Amino acid sequence: MPWKPPTPIEVYQLLPKTNCGRCGEANCMAFAVRLISLEVKLEDCPPLIEEERYRGSYEKLRGLLSPPIKEVVLRSPKRIVKIGGKYVLFRHELKYHNPTAIAVDVDDSMETEVIIKRVKMIEGFEYEYVGQKLKLDAIAVRSVTNDPKKFAKTVYTVAENSTLPLILCSTNPTVVEAALDVLNPPHHRPLIYAATKDNWREMAEIAKRFDVPLTITAPGDLDMLVSLAKTLSEDMELKELALDPGCLVGVGGLSYTIRAYSWLRYKAAYDLWRYAGYPLVGTPISVWAQMGGDLRDVMWWEAILAVMLMTRYADLIIVHSLDGWVLLPQVMWRFQLYTDPRKPVSVPPGLREIGKPDEMSPVLVTTNYALTYSLVLSDAEKAKVNAWLLVIDTEGLAVDVSVAGRKFTGDKVAETIKSTGLEKRVSHRVLIIPGKAARVSGEVEDMTKWRVLVGPTDSSEIGKWLEKNWTPEKIKELTGL
Amino acid sequence: MSKVSKSVKDELKARQEATVYSLLAKITEALEKGVIELYNVEIESDELEVRLTPQQIPVVVTPPQVVTEAKPEVKAAYEVAKAVEVIAKKVVELVRIAFEEPKPQFSGRVVEVRLGASRKDGGSRDRVIVIGGHTMPAYYYLVGYKPPHPPAFGGDVFDMRIGLPRAVKLAFGDALDNPVEWARVWVEKYGAEAVDIHLISTDPIIKDASPEEAIKTVDAILQAVKVPVIVGGSGNPEKDVKVFKKVVEAFPSEGLTINSLNLDMKLEDVCPYIAKTNATVIDFSPMDLDKAEQINRKVYDWIPRERIVLDLNIGGIGYGTEYGFTAMERARLSALIGNELLQHPFNVGAANAWGAREAWITMDPYWGPKEVRGPLWETLTSLICLLAGADYYMLVHPLTVKTMKAVREYLFSEPKPREPEKALDWLSKSLPVI
Repeated sequence: MPWKPPTPIEVYQLLPKTNCGRCGEANCMAFAVRLISLEVKLEDCPPLIEEERYRGSYEKLRGLLSPPIKEVVLRSPKRIVKIGGKYVLFRHELKYHNPTAIAVDVDDSMETEVIIKRVKMIEGFEYEYVGQKLKLDAIAVRSVTNDPKKFAKTVYTVAENSTLPLILCSTNPTVVEAALDVLNPPHHRPLIYAATKDNWREMAEIAKRFDVPLTITAPGDLDMLVSLAKTLSEDMELKELALDPGCLVGVGGLSYTIRAYSWLRYKAAYDLWRYAGYPLVGTPISVWAQMGGDLRDVMWWEAILAVMLMTRYADLIIVHSLDGWVLLPQVMWRFQLYTDPRKPVSVPPGLREIGKPDEMSPVLVTTNYALTYSLVLSDAEKAKVNAWLLVIDTEGLAVDVSVAGRKFTGDKVAETIKSTGLEKRVSHRVLIIPGKAARVSGEVEDMTKWRVLVGPTDSSEIGKWLEKNWTPEKIKELTGL
Repeated sequence: MSKVSKSVKDELKARQEATVYSLLAKITEALEKGVIELYNVEIESDELEVRLTPQQIPVVVTPPQVVTEAKPEVKAAYEVAKAVEVIAKKVVELVRIAFEEPKPQFSGRVVEVRLGASRKDGGSRDRVIVIGGHTMPAYYYLVGYKPPHPPAFGGDVFDMRIGLPRAVKLAFGDALDNPVEWARVWVEKYGAEAVDIHLISTDPIIKDASPEEAIKTVDAILQAVKVPVIVGGSGNPEKDVKVFKKVVEAFPSEGLTINSLNLDMKLEDVCPYIAKTNATVIDFSPMDLDKAEQINRKVYDWIPRERIVLDLNIGGIGYGTEYGFTAMERARLSALIGNELLQHPFNVGAANAWGAREAWITMDPYWGPKEVRGPLWETLTSLICLLAGADYYMLVHPLTVKTMKAVREYLFSEPKPREPEKALDWLSKSLPVI
């Protein structure tokens, strides 16, 4: 049985029931309803956190609302990265929490300048997409030398030059310990990678002593992986663990990998089996050690592994390639996969410029559904037109759906013209609405008193359409200007 | 307790443990030799949690009668040894448990659809493709389950020159001027398993080519390649109906696949004619399961379920991929728990990936050449669909076909890594810095 939230009544009974409104909701019942759909957090109720008498209720509520996949926290003095904390197997069942963290590696055999250069690149990676800045999340420091001093020095250099949380990668406990001495938790709270069947006692001891999360890995052996998870969580009382069943490619390898990640998450989310209920760590970087040949091929496969593992439940991935073309699809797909399927992605309504519009440029009307908006924008830019883009608040719905659902109406268009001061920007009074909104052209004309033209059904036609319909003669005919 | 004092205490504890370890080592050595030298031994055993591996635990065999007569130092050693025994009992052993594979229950089954017709079925295809037949979600490898039919990959061909990304032009060169040649290159050079001919010249606002001209193109392709052929229209619902009707009538036994039927069409004007042939159809319902059920229900009036493929549409990464992905996941789960209206294999027009700007625009050099980004975009979009259960793909770039075939081979191989320990090689390997 998949995870089920408690009922609003169950939650309500444990809330203060004072309807104080400090959470921003009208009353405690409303807060309870939003809590069980995980739209708000318990911590949004100040009395529950601040007042001693609610301590017991708070703990009970935490238990009721805790995810079947534990949340694990990595930290640097400046950043917090949470991994796991998932409730469901399929995103449509609720939504996925905590986007897959993407970590890029450096190692202790690299020259200091190389390390600093890589760290700066990881730190500086940024791509703007639907108004969001897509970035990388962590740095994985690998011990190639197996020398504790060298590793500690590298970790120190990375920490000095970066704001990102770290992952300490070595199976040698002495090496990991040396780095932890340098990082001095809790200011830094790195993830250790990894405890194995051979070193688990020592690694667990270190993780416990420094109070840092620990990855368990047992490539090709799920029995060993969950045995270690059980032993470390119950007998060694480690709370924050992550699991890596091993990332293998090729014949027998990729099928194993996809199966292992799918099974682990299935057992955790559907069977609520606690030994699988930890964040999953994936290592697309493995392809660099498993494949030979052309570097571009290796990078190609690293992107493939990263996207497949992200789709099949990895909560953190470690990659090596820093090339933009390898990382770009990863950060974009991650953004999409982790959007809330219950809420359409929207952009703020308003007036945008395409190219360099002037007072005689056409006014295109579209919705604030992020995808519609970005397609219209990209198609219009591609066609190299100068135009105004009037974005209507359709509550994030696409054109056809918003027309049918009465979110794209004459009133809405009139309201947006007013609020954006469009009248002062253009001297004509002509609107071009999407072909799919043809049905409302009459009412838009009535409510705005502007002349309405029905544009193309697909935004890819915008260029051609304007070429044909926005000529000096036609404009004169329409506006007399 | 504050964090700082906790870490100080932890460190203290660690030091104490280290002291005990060395002490134990000394005792073991001493007991073996029969010599004891202990000074100022003071251990509070209840404060300690010493963890030792079994082979490190000293085996203490000290006959009691010897101890009673022993010197005070030896007595002390005995006390310590007893403490060791107590501590040793607390040593953590690995608790072995088994990972039991998940066993979900599904009762539904996706229909099997055959694309193309071989000679024995009245057609002239050397190879036919069967897709569907699933009784479990894709690639969960549940209860030893293997999908009955692997996915298949077809190559897109357009019946006239259209704007194509540079990466595609590089791969096909002059063949792009001739759909027949293009189809041949797809099959012979790039291993396409089917050919998707898109009759866009029939579009009234493009060339308004007649159904007869469309038939000629399809005929030439059927002659040139012996793989299944998928016939796509122009996207104009009125014209497509006319073109599809004529095309299936002209080739009633080749097992053509009609791409695609949608709710904007007058289905009654085309479905009865398709029904009389052995053609299959793709029902198109962009990211909408309600409409998918609606169109399937309508088409069932004429065409048997076993001849219907479903297309829920997909956008390239960054352009609505998650909607198509989730629509497919939901549709397949619904099919498997018994919703007969959605029990159809999926077609994916992964060529849509090229609609993403990142797949075709020239960007700052850091983001790499578009000739690499484009095919990668198509490949990754296809892989995302694969994990949602996609069965048939319409692709534009040969590298996507090549990669998808490799992934298919790997995913359909027995999940048993030959050298699992290699999964950790990356940890300590020096990698090229680029």
